[in-house]
Amino acid sequence: MKTLETLTFECETGNYHTFCPISCVAWLYQKIEDSFFLVVGTKTCGYFLQNALGVTIFAEPRYAMAESEEGDISAQLNDQEELGRICLQIKRDRNPSVIIWIGTCTTEIIKMDLEGIGPKLEKDLGIPIIVARANGLDYAFTQGEDTVLAAMTHRCPEYNVLKHKQEKDLVRGLGVNLAKTTVSYSNKQESDDCILVLFGSLPSTVASQLNPELERQSIRVSGWLPSQRYTELPPLGKGVYVCGINPFLSRTATTLMRRRKCQLIGAPFPIGPDGTRAWIEKICSVFNRKPHGLEERENQIWIGLKDYIGIVTGRSIFFMGDNLLEISIARFLIRCGMIVYEIGIPYMDKRYQAAELSLLRDTCIKMNTPMPRIVEKPDNYNQMQRMHELKPDLAITGMAHANPLEARGIDTKWSVEFTFAQIHGFTNARDVLELVTRPLRRNTDLGCLGWNNLSKQAIAI
Amino acid sequence: MKLAYWMYAGPAHIGTLRVASSFRNVHAIMHAPLGDDYFNVMRSMLERERDFTPVTASIVDRHVLARGSQEKVINNINRKDEEQRPDPIVLTPTCTSSILQEDLQNFVDRASIHSASDVILADVNHYRVNELQAADRTLEQIVRHCLDKARKQNRLDRSVTDKPSVNIIGTSTLGFHNQHDCRELKRLLQDSGILVNQVVPEGGSLKDLKYLPRAWFNIVPYREVGLMTAILLEKEFGMPYISTTPMGILDTSNFIGQIEKYINAWSFLLSRGEVHYKSYIENQTKFVSQAAWFSRSIDCQNSAGKEAVVFGDATHAASITKILVKEMGIHVSCSGTYCKHDMKRFSDQVRGLCDEILITEDHTEVGDTIACIEPFAIFGTQMERHIGKRLDIPCGVISSPVHIQNFPLGYRPFLGYEGTNQIADLVYNSFTLGMEDHLLDVFGGHDTKEVITKLLSTDNDLDWTVESQLELNKIPGFVRGKVKRNTEIFARQNNITDITVNVMYAAKEKLSE
Ligand code: SF4
Repeated sequence: MKTLETLTFECETGNYHTFCPISCVAWLYQKIEDSFFLVVGTKTCGYFLQNALGVTIFAEPRYAMAESEEGDISAQLNDQEELGRICLQIKRDRNPSVIIWIGTCTTEIIKMDLEGIGPKLEKDLGIPIIVARANGLDYAFTQGEDTVLAAMTHRCPEYNVLKHKQEKDLVRGLGVNLAKTTVSYSNKQESDDCILVLFGSLPSTVASQLNPELERQSIRVSGWLPSQRYTELPPLGKGVYVCGINPFLSRTATTLMRRRKCQLIGAPFPIGPDGTRAWIEKICSVFNRKPHGLEERENQIWIGLKDYIGIVTGRSIFFMGDNLLEISIARFLIRCGMIVYEIGIPYMDKRYQAAELSLLRDTCIKMNTPMPRIVEKPDNYNQMQRMHELKPDLAITGMAHANPLEARGIDTKWSVEFTFAQIHGFTNARDVLELVTRPLRRNTDLGCLGWNNLSKQAIAI
Repeated sequence: MKLAYWMYAGPAHIGTLRVASSFRNVHAIMHAPLGDDYFNVMRSMLERERDFTPVTASIVDRHVLARGSQEKVINNINRKDEEQRPDPIVLTPTCTSSILQEDLQNFVDRASIHSASDVILADVNHYRVNELQAADRTLEQIVRHCLDKARKQNRLDRSVTDKPSVNIIGTSTLGFHNQHDCRELKRLLQDSGILVNQVVPEGGSLKDLKYLPRAWFNIVPYREVGLMTAILLEKEFGMPYISTTPMGILDTSNFIGQIEKYINAWSFLLSRGEVHYKSYIENQTKFVSQAAWFSRSIDCQNSAGKEAVVFGDATHAASITKILVKEMGIHVSCSGTYCKHDMKRFSDQVRGLCDEILITEDHTEVGDTIACIEPFAIFGTQMERHIGKRLDIPCGVISSPVHIQNFPLGYRPFLGYEGTNQIADLVYNSFTLGMEDHLLDVFGGHDTKEVITKLLSTDNDLDWTVESQLELNKIPGFVRGKVKRNTEIFARQNNITDITVNVMYAAKEKLSE
């Protein structure tokens, strides 16, 4: 394969396997502690959730289905009354601070006016109701979170420049009187000039690892969207800078810019030490900070990864594509010395991912590896044929294909794990490699047994 | 609209896909949005399938919503036809296509013009049937299709086999212990000198379906899937069928008795005349199955009369209830099923064997019932297992819905004589586990637990004083709940709101009167 100078993009049929975006409920209800998610759909949606979420379903989760019956479809029943009755029940049993309605394919097709009914019931019930249309007609898997966060953006309080300034002046005034001698003070003071809100749902431990990374550069994160509780959503508005931490949040980014007049910082995503450094550098450059100690920090992390890098260097990998994290992870793995044949991805927002894409290109050039082909809306059947030819060392794939590929001697790693594992920031770079190398390590252990091909079927599907 | 947290039976298309992908070389194409092919994940993960699940989607997206599927479905069918040449392609509607009301039959007709494979539209309505009913229908539909086709081509083979033979109808992928059950059934039939003509749908081939009528009769091990097909074959070819589930010693003998009857009806064909299975049954019952001996052994005496609750699909819940009551002397307080569509027959089966029959699809109702009864052990689905965990009651899983633990690698049938052994182990282990726990309680092995009410939904207007709570904690776990409840009933009856130690004793005296 020769090295291409530019990245190539292709688009296939879109016949690929992925999770329905309503799955975002699974991690969002845990993230937003006082929320309740109501999926307005059918048995199909419910069945998916109950099976995909496994044991959490037994733990009295804060989500449920409003299951449509035949009467709802033929409009014999009044949607508003039905939803009102159900939400009242939820209010009584769980008393959440917010109810989030997840619109599904069914509500789209029968054109149920969730956005219209929501505000009315919100008034009647006295609980905020947010509507997010996270359905399988329009979106794939992680994009579900994007629709929820985009909808939530409208509920963030208005950021008031004037008020903020007054407060700051007050602090400054006090500061001048009281803390004239503190050296670090001037830094602190500067950091108050920039209001930075990060968006994307992360486990709170990961969020609290990223905050101090920026604090080291004397940038204070003033809030996260989503916050730990609905009642603590960060103020947004003109003068607020926002930066995404995940590649699938393009709608949220657009809404923040267009509707809330925030300033978007387009950066690569903080996945892998290279990504994290680039992400911090970009934020620093926006706030006119000269990054300090960042290079050493990155190098230190790389040194710590040596043992894993030894395993992956020179190995080849194929991303079938289903969760939109593919570009960032591929970029990190190329930097680790892997060869990426193909990056399948459900949807590619070239604007939102621009910085990430150019980092990918730079990384390929730096590592002197061929540019991978980026395949949007892939076709799993065709991919299988390509994989048969390319014989990658590892395939990142959904669970539907994992066992059959393993039975044909191709090592696999389930892509969903990357969505649930902690992969952001310097601290978690090791976790990414832990996941990627797991099948490779296991198979070195089992390798000598000679049982690699365990299917009677030919490789073709 | 209804508020739902959990469901026992899945949506209709799952049933269709289970049947379609159980056959060899059948491909199902779902008319569905992106993300509805979760079936593939389940099959690949739960069954640990080595091969790609033969299910793909013709994806419904925005464009389809605006302009209809147009040529898309047809192209997808024809493409699959060229890629793999499946025997038939089954176009599977989902909830989405149910409301879109596109003319799928028309697509099927047009696609079959170019396709070498047969194309069938699964006749299931998302809003009318559930997973199990859909599986039953789809199986019947596919069998009917193949028989009609063979009849038209004059290829239908109606000559019965020389030796007695049967069809086993209804074992399918993702069915509860289906593969093990099938192996056990085959063994039982082989012991009785009966050939297996065909097994459908699991592992069956559509090319062979035209030989179905060659069997002497049909066996439908599970009522949920296969009954419609058996009825069809009875109507069209006069083939009798056995729908008794050979689970437990009694029903297995009953099952073999029916086999004997059907074979002897054709005894003039048999070289050695009539068959008699009496001694076979006796030998199996006494010496091959350990279950009969087990119910006599002193172990089983200990669990006699203890209370249990049973819940599951109609087949398994009814059979297990019968086994517990008739074969082990266990007291079944409540027996229930979520198969609403089969409730009459279920009630007939278990009536007289239990105190209460529960027919519901609502797991909280099941949970509340269990909490009120506080049985010694539960036999149910994964949901009941979790209810049991919460209430500290052991649970043996006897029915779908299931998860990966219920697809064991080792041999674990529920049917036939080996099945009786497995069930005996399951029941015995559930009871002894509970028993050990209670003994630990009695001898103070556990930390004293705080007494909490175990009901899932409760309204409590009674106050326990500190002393009475301490007193309650001294009572061994397995009766503590009962004492608590009886005391509270007594208190309410006598308009007492504060429960003191004296009230507890008063209640106890009242009860022992
Ligand atoms: S794809 Fe549509 S119908 Fe299917 S689970 Fe998702 S929202 Fe529900």
